[in-house]
Amino acid sequence: MITAAALAGNGARAPGEPILSVRDLVKEFPIISSGIFRRRIGTVHAVSGVSFDLRAGETLGLVGESGCGKTTTSRAVLHLQPATSGRVLYEGRDVTAMRKGELRTLRRDMQLVFQDPYASLNPRITVSEIIAEPLRIHGLFQKNGAAAVADLMSRVGLNPEHGNRFPHEFSGGQRQRIGIARALALRPRVLVLDEPVSALDVSIQAGVINLLEDLQDELGLAYLFVAHDLSVVRHIADRVAVMYLGKIVEVGPADELFERPLHPYTQALISAIPIPNPRRERERTRIIVEGDVPSPADPPSGCRFRTRCPKFTTLTPADAQRCIDEEPPLDDRGLGAAHPAACHYAGGVDVL
Amino acid sequence: MSTATGPGALGATPSTSLLEPVLAVENLTVDFPTPDGVVRAVRGVSYQLGGGEVLGIVGESGSGKSVTSMAVMGLLPRTARVSGSVRFRGRELIGLNDKQMTEVRGQKIAMIFQDPMTSLNPVYKIGYQLAEAVLAHRRISRAEAQKRAVELLDLVGIPFPQRRIDQYPHEFSGGMRQRVVIAIAMANDPDVIIADEPTTALDVTVQAQVLEALRAAQAETGAATVLITHDLGVIAGQADRVLVMYAGKPVEIGSVDDIYYAPRMPYTLGLLGSLPRLDVRKQERLTPIQGAPPSLVNLPPGCPFTPRCPMAQDRCETAEPELRSVGSATHLAACHYSDQLADREKAAEVFAHSAADSRLPTEFGAEPPPETLGAPAEVLAEDNVIDGAQGEGPRQGEGGVR
Repeated sequence: MITAAALAGNGARAPGEPILSVRDLVKEFPIISSGIFRRRIGTVHAVSGVSFDLRAGETLGLVGESGCGKTTTSRAVLHLQPATSGRVLYEGRDVTAMRKGELRTLRRDMQLVFQDPYASLNPRITVSEIIAEPLRIHGLFQKNGAAAVADLMSRVGLNPEHGNRFPHEFSGGQRQRIGIARALALRPRVLVLDEPVSALDVSIQAGVINLLEDLQDELGLAYLFVAHDLSVVRHIADRVAVMYLGKIVEVGPADELFERPLHPYTQALISAIPIPNPRRERERTRIIVEGDVPSPADPPSGCRFRTRCPKFTTLTPADAQRCIDEEPPLDDRGLGAAHPAACHYAGGVDVL
Repeated sequence: MSTATGPGALGATPSTSLLEPVLAVENLTVDFPTPDGVVRAVRGVSYQLGGGEVLGIVGESGSGKSVTSMAVMGLLPRTARVSGSVRFRGRELIGLNDKQMTEVRGQKIAMIFQDPMTSLNPVYKIGYQLAEAVLAHRRISRAEAQKRAVELLDLVGIPFPQRRIDQYPHEFSGGMRQRVVIAIAMANDPDVIIADEPTTALDVTVQAQVLEALRAAQAETGAATVLITHDLGVIAGQADRVLVMYAGKPVEIGSVDDIYYAPRMPYTLGLLGSLPRLDVRKQERLTPIQGAPPSLVNLPPGCPFTPRCPMAQDRCETAEPELRSVGSATHLAACHYSDQLADREKAAEVFAHSAADSRLPTEFGAEPPPETLGAPAEVLAEDNVIDGAQGEGPRQGEGGVR
């Protein structure tokens, strides 16, 4: 039997202290030429110097559009894709410098939930076996293993009697619950959730979000919640980090970030999302961002958002030159150290 | 064809066309015979579309919203059995042969598909594909058609249209391709544009660009629009009226305000309650709808929402409710107990906030017929059939747009 206290892991720390710290994380992928001599002809700068803290028991939402590097960041944090440079500190120990044995113990504390519940479960083994697999791999499946699996199933809102069924007999939402149960089996303290609800219909998605909230309350888990749906992130996250082209452009407490976004990209992103409230929606004005995200193989100089920035076009040539020459650091821009933004001319706007 | 008005004249007279519907769909049904039994994808859809009006159709995957529109366009595969009536300005479209239908498609009713990559031909230049749409219905020179192509690209907000017409689809980003598809759809001043999940595959900032282009197309052509999506946010900002579909049937239809502020069908209420909100601080717990939508093969009698409905009574299992007016003449809902919802505005009062999901899909009627038990992917069978029907044939050619 797994109790909530036991699942919370060993030596739980006081909330507020970072359990995971990422510093200047860089991940680059080489572009290799075709032909006989496979030379390196370029570099994709997927993640370019990302830093953030995740505190015990909190949810940090990592948002951005496709290609902004949010998934690569989450993989590099788990050392599933080794970072090019930078440090990932889990309880003060550097994940990027760990040896294989150490990494294995780390995996017990940090687990990943995948986006696609159809592709992430082995269709040929029963649900009980899927959930028991991590326990077996780590040598923790003992006599009471079956009971532990049944307990995990009921904890994620599934009927333990269905343990001998196969994944295809479950709905999409239920499969995602199986993935969550599997991730919880080793009693982790950090869950990295990579778009965990974006493949689900809204009515099903709501149940999985509620479950994640309950599990966090019961087990004191910290979530790194990677998603492109800002409505979901606002609902579940305590703090939100917005990524654009491999960099974090703004971080802040969820309510503050959504109500007073500082960075022009965050403002455009929030204003682009339709709200399911017709009266309010009719009154809103949209900030339309021109064009598309530039290629991460050749990012713009200075501020990476300047090529599409609505604010950039309103600046005087002298002011604009600063955006071209000088990369804006992620600094305190008047809303306190808890809400920094990477824009030379940051200013809060209500876009909801 | 004799009664049809020329293109352009229609958009200019929205006041008269408001009186009579441009498009009238009545009791439309679509069945797909499969080895497992007949999939009843659409089980009686009726709606009317006034001139210049935007009708939003919402529903979850497999609810039949796309199949309905494919049937209107006559794009379903030959194996589909379609019955009922679709009238465009009084002219019956069901039963027309391919040649007659080609005259309607593109010129009278245009369609925008979800995936812009598959609706553009990768081996032809953008300008050629736009001109092709124009030339299909008009006797003008190729040079004039090219000129019109540039105009169209400009209208949907593509920068440097002069240069862009000589490029191929792979040189365009996803959002730009979708805007090209919108330009093709508006090329012949259609009276009706059917947009099937036009922004689903796109990022939000790009979605905003595409919705802007769609609005430009509506303003330019004066076309009435059917906007199919699962995103209740998009519908809130775009539509005049909303039709909610569940298990192949409309379960509620009304003005946007009726649907969002006074829903009278538990499914609509549940759908709204399950949405996380971008604009609300200190949010209430979400109210998920338990279970999964039913299989459309061997649907049991009664209301198909019964197994998931917190208000269900014995009567719901035996008699399927018809759409009837609730509150006002234009607001219809299909629920025996819709009156009970009149004073219960919040989903939280009807639906439980439980985080559990312990019953298998089979317990909600999504059960594969007994003879297929043991075959792989049986729960998905229903989705596969419907998606397959959309994906095959019609999607490959962009005939609907021309």
